Amino acid sequence: MSAHLASAVDVRGRIERGEVSALEVTRAALAHLGAEEPRLGALLHVASETALAQAAAVDRARAAGEPLGPLAGVPVVVKDNLCVRGTPTTCASKILEGWIAPYDATAIARLRRAGAVLLAKANMDEFAMGSSNETSAYGTVKNPWDTARVPGGSSGGSAAAVAAGYAPLSLGSDTGGSVRQPASFCGLVALKPTYGRISRYGLIAFASSLDQIGPFARTTRDAARITQVMAGVDPRDATSADLPVPDWEAQLGGDLKGLRIGVLPTDGCEPGVEASMKAAHATLRALGATLVDVALPTAEHAISAYYILAPAECSSNLARFDGMRFGPRSTESDLTASYGETRARGFGAEVKRRIMLGTYVLSAGYYDAFYARAQKARTLLRREFDAAFTGCDAILSPTSPTVAFPLGARTKNPLEMYLADVFTLPASLAGLPSISVPAAPASPPGGGPPLPVGLQITGKAFDEATVLRIADAFERASGHAALRAPGFGGAA
Amino acid sequence: MAQQERISLDEVKKVARLARLALGEDELVRMRGELDAILDSMAALTRLDVTGVPPTTLVLERGTPLRPDVPAKGLSREEALRAAARSEAGAFAVPKVMEGT
Amino acid sequence: MTRYEPVIGLEVHAQLLSRTKMFCGCSTTFGAPPNTQVCEVCLGYPGALPVPNARAIELAVRTGLALGCEVRGTSVFARKNYFYPDLSKGYQISQFELPLNEHGAIEIETKDGLKRCAIVRAHVEEDAAKNLHGVGSGEATLVDFNRAGTPLIEIVGGPDLRSADEAEAYLKVLREILIFAGVNDGNLEEGSFRCDANVSIRPVGQEKFGTRVELKNINSFKFVKKAIEYEIARQEALLSAGGTVAQETRTWSDGQGKTLPLRSKEEAHDYRYFADPDLPPLTLDEAFVARVKDAMPESAASRRARWQAEAGLTAYDAQVLTGHPEIARYFDEAVDALLGRTRLDRKAAGKKVANFLSSEVLRYVQTDGLRASFPLEAGRLADLLALVEDGTINGKIAKDVLAEVVTSGKAPAKVVAEKGLAQVTDTSAIEQAIAEVIAGNPKELEKYKAGKTSVVGFFVGQVMRKTGGKANPATLNELLKKALDA
Repeated sequence: MSAHLASAVDVRGRIERGEVSALEVTRAALAHLGAEEPRLGALLHVASETALAQAAAVDRARAAGEPLGPLAGVPVVVKDNLCVRGTPTTCASKILEGWIAPYDATAIARLRRAGAVLLAKANMDEFAMGSSNETSAYGTVKNPWDTARVPGGSSGGSAAAVAAGYAPLSLGSDTGGSVRQPASFCGLVALKPTYGRISRYGLIAFASSLDQIGPFARTTRDAARITQVMAGVDPRDATSADLPVPDWEAQLGGDLKGLRIGVLPTDGCEPGVEASMKAAHATLRALGATLVDVALPTAEHAISAYYILAPAECSSNLARFDGMRFGPRSTESDLTASYGETRARGFGAEVKRRIMLGTYVLSAGYYDAFYARAQKARTLLRREFDAAFTGCDAILSPTSPTVAFPLGARTKNPLEMYLADVFTLPASLAGLPSISVPAAPASPPGGGPPLPVGLQITGKAFDEATVLRIADAFERASGHAALRAPGFGGAA
Repeated sequence: MAQQERISLDEVKKVARLARLALGEDELVRMRGELDAILDSMAALTRLDVTGVPPTTLVLERGTPLRPDVPAKGLSREEALRAAARSEAGAFAVPKVMEGT
Repeated sequence: MTRYEPVIGLEVHAQLLSRTKMFCGCSTTFGAPPNTQVCEVCLGYPGALPVPNARAIELAVRTGLALGCEVRGTSVFARKNYFYPDLSKGYQISQFELPLNEHGAIEIETKDGLKRCAIVRAHVEEDAAKNLHGVGSGEATLVDFNRAGTPLIEIVGGPDLRSADEAEAYLKVLREILIFAGVNDGNLEEGSFRCDANVSIRPVGQEKFGTRVELKNINSFKFVKKAIEYEIARQEALLSAGGTVAQETRTWSDGQGKTLPLRSKEEAHDYRYFADPDLPPLTLDEAFVARVKDAMPESAASRRARWQAEAGLTAYDAQVLTGHPEIARYFDEAVDALLGRTRLDRKAAGKKVANFLSSEVLRYVQTDGLRASFPLEAGRLADLLALVEDGTINGKIAKDVLAEVVTSGKAPAKVVAEKGLAQVTDTSAIEQAIAEVIAGNPKELEKYKAGKTSVVGFFVGQVMRKTGGKANPATLNELLKKALDA
């Protein structure tokens, strides 16, 4: 029984109807991931014991006639920058080697209350910095569609886990595209909610003003459900929005008549991606939407602005990793040496690069030229989005200019890697909800079997409803989300 | 063609000290080159007209919420010290500052 | 020979009296065992986030108002980034460009009269952890995070002070303002009120300031004067010898009687301040500030002025009674109560309460921070003084009654009745006692007749003893004089 390969809604439905037990679902998931992990490397920790205990608890509740939560018995893989109490939480870094989180992130607590089974911690780019999951201190993650290629990053492990069928759902985090881009490379649905929608308490911070937790799923409906479970104001997070959470799941269905959708230019995309976009536009029109051209002039500066703001915030957020209260410590002999060596040895190259960049742009003499300026560019970009939204309800673009690139293709030059985020960054800087949903797969430039392509839909602040509606309609009409990575199909 | 350095090796060393990263000589040189290229890629942003544009720290439009002044359960001392590299007498033991440094 | 004048500005860090820390719910109680009032937020664990304490913000606004500051409707939290083991996140959450309070002032008394000293700003921030001393092997520095995250208000004074005496006066005034506002307990020894001094000197007449030196760890009023005086002299000697003053941070060593450079702070810090993206701006509407203003306790200076104008007190009396805010409150309560029980006016009532309070009651009062315990309630003291006022007992007996009220907890009237301490006003009884005393002391009578009037005191004492101390003094004096002159 490979119920774990079905959608979350399906799995929960079958458990509730008694067709399968939560324990069977979790056991099957554990067996499957055990078999596939050696070639994918998507996970850092498998929580077998606690997962089985959680599944058993769901079965007991059902037997006792208690009401089941919306995710009851559904296995979920969690990115390793989320604190799950009692589990190793490392952010794929040596500097957190062996650290056991003493508390649950708020989002995790809400998943538990909904009956979810926390199956495993997913591999990731170190401290969420990367676009290919090649900076992890514990090994690279492979793309299930082609294990010689990257799954995307930084939530590569979370994406690979769902694409490989370990679980119907996983959690990632998105700062500059780290949930949408891997979804695009792995043929999944993934949502970055509006900034402030989901509490960041317990999400180990990379860039505080940009980070958001986001789910990976095979269907938009699943993404809607888990987001609903996690969303809502949290008194422990001063940046969480005090707004009601709509019943997004209930609003799904129907066509897109009357909707106006803006289309951004696709400069710099691979021909296959461009073709996929054209087909997507046709599908959307057929669903009744009107497409209009839009432009965001300041978007050309998004990469620069992001690579000033995010490193600046991270250089400060990562100062607490010093070996004084937790984590490994390099030397006891002298304080300054201890700081310097612990951190130089504990952090990988990309993390060190961003800490250095961030420290530099905040330092005396450079603050105005870089940091303040990037903050102003951010204002301009948000204003341009707001202006664009007076003429449309959502904005389209490819999620990524390319399909999944080969392992090692961009690791020589950091700047090349940063370019991968060109389409995802603007929505991050503007704090807007943005989803990636599978469009028609395309062959890479050198030829070969088709690889997933993501269609990105960005909406107005707190208008996840429209974004989810469009994604759901497109998903049903196009059928691409139903495709499985070769060798990972299985029976649903 | 040699372009003007955007960041010198000296500056890189200063930044590394500020950030408490004890980078080796090779690392420092490599880092300088990488940071130089990255800063160079931002040239267009430094020419963008931002006159009169206010900076955005948070896109959220809310004032900070305040917390009631009521004691809440924290971590026990055992939990707090559990992950410490070294502890003594119920406290975190950290390296001393060496005289003469 | 150049004459120099000192320029001094003081920075005070005062802990705000909230029950919990600035950004988390850990308790702020002083003296708990190390690392027992901690959580993931104040320990700087990965993933934790700060949320500001409502009460601490109220107290911070109250502080600003008490210092005559403008309170900003929107202020911003900023990160001050540096590495030190007592700083769990590797940055302190403070305020930088947009602080909560600005542009205030306090007045101090100097030898040349009242002087206005600017309060440049007063902003909120969190306290750092504390090092433990005297425990452990001594090989490592031991850090206790109980204090980490305690709410602080940093009060920055302008460079307006011109002597160590003025600095001491400024600190005393500031401390009194904070104590009476109920925001801080003024405890220098426990570290809830800490002072750093910025000291520089310049030739008299020069406008430009000299290089300033920061003096840290001044943790008693004694040290303030000594440290600043030493530092001024040190800088003068340096400049007079043709040298220059280095911009540095120094600490006062009372053992050596000098200021010494602090090694670990030698390098200039680049704190890389930026607005904290974990905290949206602090927005306070006018209604909030108005509410804080309404709830503000009366300042010590205001009470002293009021008492001197309306309650018959001298400046000295008033100073004594503002030694502690609870004593001041007690005084006002007792005066109001006495007014209710007698026909005295406020001036007379004030004087009576002040005298008795200072000479008889204060010795029993115990203080603990901003709290104080009194041997009897203010109302009861008023009852006692009312008994004196209506002639039931005399002033001397009142002291005995007080002692009994304190130990037994009984009402003054009850004590007087039970112990038969009511004043003797019956003239015949007093005349009888006088007659007996005069008869029994012929030598003293001779002295009196010979013109030695000072011997009257002896007779008064003896008659008082004979009446068990209860004779009405006025009546006694009158009758005694008659008898002696007879």
